Amino acid sequence: MDLNQLLAIKEKELASRRPYTLRCCTAAGCLSAGGDQVKKRLEQAVAELGLSDQVEVRGVGCLRLCCQGPLVHVDPVNELYQKVAPETARQLLERIRGGTVSLETADLHHPFFTKQLSIVLANSGVVDPERIESYIAADGYRALHDALLEMEPRDVIQAIATSGLRGRGGAGFPTGLKWSTVAKSPGTRKYVVCNADEGDPGAFMDRSVLESDPHSVLEGMAIAAYAVGADQGYIYVRAEYPLAIRRLRLAIEQARRLGILGSGIFGSPLNFNVELRIGAGAFVCGEETALMASIEGRRGTPRPRPPFPAESGLWGCPTLINNVETFANVPAIIRNGAEWFASIGTEKSKGTKVFALAGKVKNTGLIEVPMGTTLRTIVEEMGGGAPGGARIKAVQTGGPSGGCVPAELMDVEVDYESLTRLGSIMGSGGMIVMDETTDMVDVARFFMEFCKDESCGKCIPCRAGTVQMHGLLTRILEGKGTTRDLALLEELCDMVKHTSLCGLGQTAPNPVLSTLRFFRQEYERRLKPDRPVHPVALAAGR
Amino acid sequence: MAAVTLTINGKPVSAPAGATVLEAAQDAGIRIPTLCHLEGVYDVGACRLCLLEVAGSNKLLPACTTKVAEGMEVWTDTERLRKYRRMTLELLFAERNHVCSVCVSNGNCELQTLAYEAGMDHVRYPYQHPQLEIDQTHPLFGMDHNRCILCTRCVRVCWHIEGAGTKNVAGRGAECRIITDLNQPWGESETCTNCGKCVMACPTGALYYKGVSNGEMRHDRHKLEFIVTAREEKQWIA
Repeated sequence: MDLNQLLAIKEKELASRRPYTLRCCTAAGCLSAGGDQVKKRLEQAVAELGLSDQVEVRGVGCLRLCCQGPLVHVDPVNELYQKVAPETARQLLERIRGGTVSLETADLHHPFFTKQLSIVLANSGVVDPERIESYIAADGYRALHDALLEMEPRDVIQAIATSGLRGRGGAGFPTGLKWSTVAKSPGTRKYVVCNADEGDPGAFMDRSVLESDPHSVLEGMAIAAYAVGADQGYIYVRAEYPLAIRRLRLAIEQARRLGILGSGIFGSPLNFNVELRIGAGAFVCGEETALMASIEGRRGTPRPRPPFPAESGLWGCPTLINNVETFANVPAIIRNGAEWFASIGTEKSKGTKVFALAGKVKNTGLIEVPMGTTLRTIVEEMGGGAPGGARIKAVQTGGPSGGCVPAELMDVEVDYESLTRLGSIMGSGGMIVMDETTDMVDVARFFMEFCKDESCGKCIPCRAGTVQMHGLLTRILEGKGTTRDLALLEELCDMVKHTSLCGLGQTAPNPVLSTLRFFRQEYERRLKPDRPVHPVALAAGR
Repeated sequence: MAAVTLTINGKPVSAPAGATVLEAAQDAGIRIPTLCHLEGVYDVGACRLCLLEVAGSNKLLPACTTKVAEGMEVWTDTERLRKYRRMTLELLFAERNHVCSVCVSNGNCELQTLAYEAGMDHVRYPYQHPQLEIDQTHPLFGMDHNRCILCTRCVRVCWHIEGAGTKNVAGRGAECRIITDLNQPWGESETCTNCGKCVMACPTGALYYKGVSNGEMRHDRHKLEFIVTAREEKQWIA
């Protein structure tokens, strides 16, 4: 494969385009609402009506407005049809023939769409995730080609550093710095790992990216491999994402067949292969050291860091681990330049962030917004507020590691630092909106139950501490708790946060701390008076 | 190998580069409480009792896996650390069933000793009291899961000293259990060599020699040292 062949694929693909395109969402959300049947009926109808040379029915990735699925986007009239049923799908062809249809359309001028800026999701809803040619037609693998043939590895790292890209898994570590650490770590064998073990309740960003545009992740990984000097990549994806797994397998196979993965890519010295590793359902395997243990075939439990994976990762070799969304940003940065990327976002958080908008909000779905967009814009303008006009109470970000931002503070601009200051975190992108009917103690207990069940059991504070915190939260929720129970809970939060081995335990108390910070009265009004203290204990000062 | 100097609790200490803070402290006669650490097998940093405050680090670091560095300033016994240690021990006592008076390891138990040291005279958290199994199927040894603190010493000695790979951990969170082979009764294990290293390594009364009653328990740690020294240095110490 060389540049001419790549361009030839693009030309051929573009030449095969028809005047009309029906882009049918085939990501998991719309599929669960019957999107595959809609696509099948449309294909049948096109064949029956003899419109094959006029209309292309293309299966694409996520079209964003998941709550209104199945979605079909009609080009070039630029209309998005929602809740398309298999029985009514045929009407869309009437629209193309100049007629009118009675199907619901989504308002593409609504802030839900207009406030979005697609970098990671640029191909999502546009390209066919099951055809590499479709990705190449959207300039796919051009960035890899240019990086391999026109840039030195250090230039690639410099570009990523200059772009200001930070880890999209949630912690926000500067990606360029991580890459350069791996590049500089001595070792003949190095690995690139993509963390696709997305597990936060309510989060579906990575799944959507993998289902909608798997090649962008592969391209990002290959560019990373060139930059750090790796020749083997792993994608660790959870088994609960069968469609993402199927599309990734297909994408890897297609890229290999074209020589875009394998030996001597684009005639350069880079050899790079990617293998999938399927998680077995443990949330903790999203933690990088547990993830690596699992890839190695061992029990997925974290180990103390240092050494960090950049120094000693898979089988003791320097290993680069980035999240799906981080890798998906890379081709665009190489293609459009680091300065372009750095011009988007806030001072310390560059680019965009994909969020899975869910909960008590009218428009639920997948959004990508520039860093610095306020939570209020996201929830009230884009999300359209709570259904039925209910008052919004709080927004939860960062899943079980994050916290709640109360409605009165929703003017905060979304970036890593500002959310941390409010006691929440950016997290991987789950965003759950809560309205006035939501009980914050119950929210805290829900997340604690999640952490308790997902603790790997290796370190005592997380294993036993979450059990006790969950018990105390349950007592308080049931109106059986006392002020002493609340004090014990707060003390345990502090202890578990500071003594746990890995991020799971260290952040498990966050939902409690955050709801205590902003909604303490919801805890306190449930408390019973303390039982009298035994005189002996009192004398001992306990 | 080069040596580095550091301070532990304000006291200047020297240690070979590559040593852990725990080794440096032990060498200098400074006691740091440990539970999952066992001389002779690799460390996992799981029990969190040996956590340190290290100047310049906002995180508490385990002494057993943290390497010494030149000029490092380490505190092992601050009020905050003592509080966390006590809470960790309380969590352990509340987690399963640690009634010392009826335990084979009473008076010879590391968990009990640490609790005495920490002044843990009562537990503030509700006892979970799970009703766990006692595996008496092995002809020589028994396993009482109610006493197990999941330190994984038995697993590590079984894999890395004996090389049998019989013991392992199954489940997660509070459901974690030490298992034998593919979660079979110990007596039916095809890999167990009956070496007893797991029993020697156990810090509590979870693993025991059959036929011992209350107070008779003895941990033969010397044998481990004997074996490791024999293997690594080809010396048969008395």
